[in-house]
Amino acid sequence: MSFSTELLIKVLVVLATAPVMALGLTLLEVKGSAWMQRRPGPLHVGLRGFIFPLATAAKYLQKETIIPNDVDEPVFKWAPAWVIAAVVGLFTIIPLSPTLIVRDLELGVFFLLAISSISTIGVLTAGWSSANKFSLMGGLRAAGQLIAYELPLILSVVGVVIQAETMSTVGIVEKQIEFGFPFVIAGQGIAFIIFMIAATAEMMRTPFDMPIGESELTMGFFTEYSGIRFLIFYISEYINLFVMCAIASTLFLGGYHVPLLPTEWVNFYGPLVLIGKTFLLAFILIAIRWSFPRFREDQLQTLAWKVLIPLSLLNIMATAIMKVVF
Amino acid sequence: MAQTMDPNNMPILSEASVSVEIETEDMTLNIGPQHPSTHGVLRLVAKINGEKISSVEPVLGYMHRGYEKLAEVRTYPQVTTLVNRIDWVSGFANEIPFIAGAEKLMEIEVPERAQYIRLILTEMARISSHFVFNGAFPLEIGALTPIFLAMEDRERVLDLLESVTGGRFHPNFNRIGGVKPAAGAGPTTKKDIQDLPAGFYHDTKVAMQKVLEAVDRFEDLIGGNEVFQIRTKNVGVLPKEVAEEYGVSGPILRASGVEFDLRKQSNYLPYDKFDFEIPIGENGDCFDRWSVRTSEMRESAKIILQAIEDMPSGPIQAKVPKVIKVPKGQTYVRAENPKGEMGYYIISEGGLGPYRLKIRTASFSNISILPIMLEGALLPDLIAIMGSLDFVLGDVDR
Repeated sequence: MSFSTELLIKVLVVLATAPVMALGLTLLEVKGSAWMQRRPGPLHVGLRGFIFPLATAAKYLQKETIIPNDVDEPVFKWAPAWVIAAVVGLFTIIPLSPTLIVRDLELGVFFLLAISSISTIGVLTAGWSSANKFSLMGGLRAAGQLIAYELPLILSVVGVVIQAETMSTVGIVEKQIEFGFPFVIAGQGIAFIIFMIAATAEMMRTPFDMPIGESELTMGFFTEYSGIRFLIFYISEYINLFVMCAIASTLFLGGYHVPLLPTEWVNFYGPLVLIGKTFLLAFILIAIRWSFPRFREDQLQTLAWKVLIPLSLLNIMATAIMKVVF
Repeated sequence: MAQTMDPNNMPILSEASVSVEIETEDMTLNIGPQHPSTHGVLRLVAKINGEKISSVEPVLGYMHRGYEKLAEVRTYPQVTTLVNRIDWVSGFANEIPFIAGAEKLMEIEVPERAQYIRLILTEMARISSHFVFNGAFPLEIGALTPIFLAMEDRERVLDLLESVTGGRFHPNFNRIGGVKPAAGAGPTTKKDIQDLPAGFYHDTKVAMQKVLEAVDRFEDLIGGNEVFQIRTKNVGVLPKEVAEEYGVSGPILRASGVEFDLRKQSNYLPYDKFDFEIPIGENGDCFDRWSVRTSEMRESAKIILQAIEDMPSGPIQAKVPKVIKVPKGQTYVRAENPKGEMGYYIISEGGLGPYRLKIRTASFSNISILPIMLEGALLPDLIAIMGSLDFVLGDVDR
């Protein structure tokens, strides 16, 4: 198979998988929140409400795109593209098995951190170009938050990289198989918690949803968006949720591997295992979202700079010392 | 196509500049009248410097319905339908001070049973109002679950109100000299069981147990939540003196540490026969305002359970003339409503309706402290403070 054919197939597979996962997580969110709030949730669309997310997506596709008069049009129109490109790009390094991966980059973890910060540009331009004060405040808050939480996200992964001695995501999973434990047990528990908190903040989910803060800023940086562009913002939130949880399960929970299953069958059960772990993590984030209020802007900055970053630095030091001693 | 964002030329500003001088460095932000957390159509013209608020001016009147004027062309029994709609979250409680005022002018002795029924339903209105607060306040600071739990629990109380009065929000149940016979009353052959529906006592006991459980659950889910605590503790502190100066009343005043509750200090309903406490806050911050209201729900449930136990028997309607004419005179009767002190100043010229009616509502006075409390606060705190004041726009504008 030539390189271009292979690339085309991989791109198509990713572009097909990403929205499906987003719709699956939307369903998990609506049903999970309904369960937490003692209400039935969607019941009437399709199979007992199970195709409800699809109907929502279809609804947004046929809605009129409204562009207010004073917006900076090209910037406004392209902002959602930045956001979705960043999250879909991260699919490159998620290993479904040692071979089922778009590309096993040697600098996989570095790629993750580099690509994920692109979405900041989209968020900031969306807020700025909307010509709406609420959007502007949302965009600025989002930019501040994304930059602040990028650091603990990076620093918590450094511990894993030190322990695995590689930056390749497949290499990190293989190292965990070699260890016999996922890294979350083998010394990276704190890093895992920091990673999940920082990832929640990166996704701007409650309790870190001050940039969206619908009770004060209406919808934050995407207040003025409608139709398909709103859908893109909405769906990239859920793709981001999937990607971040998938990466967390790869880096900390052993990825596609489960003990006791024959490794030669990994191409068959690997994807299912990873998706299972991902949805489990996503469910925890959903449960957190539906039980907490949101932090104030200054409080979440304090949490990032005064708690998470020092803790992750300590974690790096401890990991490095352990690595040298043993 | 690209336009620069000159803050002085943004379309939203032209509205705001009517009443506010624009400084070049501060941004004027129009919050409302259509905004998710202004509880209706309140408009706040805020001048902000980054996230910090330098000044706020509330603009009222978007919901003014002219009830004081309307009351002048209506008869006394017709006015209760209007006053139901002032604070629609606790419609029943609005009727009490008006009816009590008219009765005072007519010198009617209301039968004890009718007074007890009024008292029970008022406390139910208080519980349902505080349930709404317990849902809406966390919703405003970002917790989305409590509102569903609160609405579900409130429904039990509203069902009871409906079973007695026939209406969930606007009961229109009080009559001068007593109350109306119940909507869902039991067998109609015996007159003495017509006043309350069959099974009311039992249902009330069950519902009050559920309310007490709900209060415990809220104290755990909302009050015990760390993020809720850091968002509300020491936020929007209202000192005792300022609160008294501005005529603040109700749970907000009590949260600031002033022990003022008309249920203890006035005798518009026989509260002196029951054993209950007045929850008092210490710091006067948003958390105290939440906790005072939540504890009040527990006290209200206690009052209702006691009232059910020693409910007197007898008539529910005093003898009144067929055509109600209130003798010449004037009076002011006030009551402790869920939102605070509500009073009616009635001037009667001896006609079928009031000559002039002045309505003192709690929310109107309560939001008068907004400019003081919000000065120097952060924008997210504005939402928390507004939520903790628990006002209803119908109550502000009338």
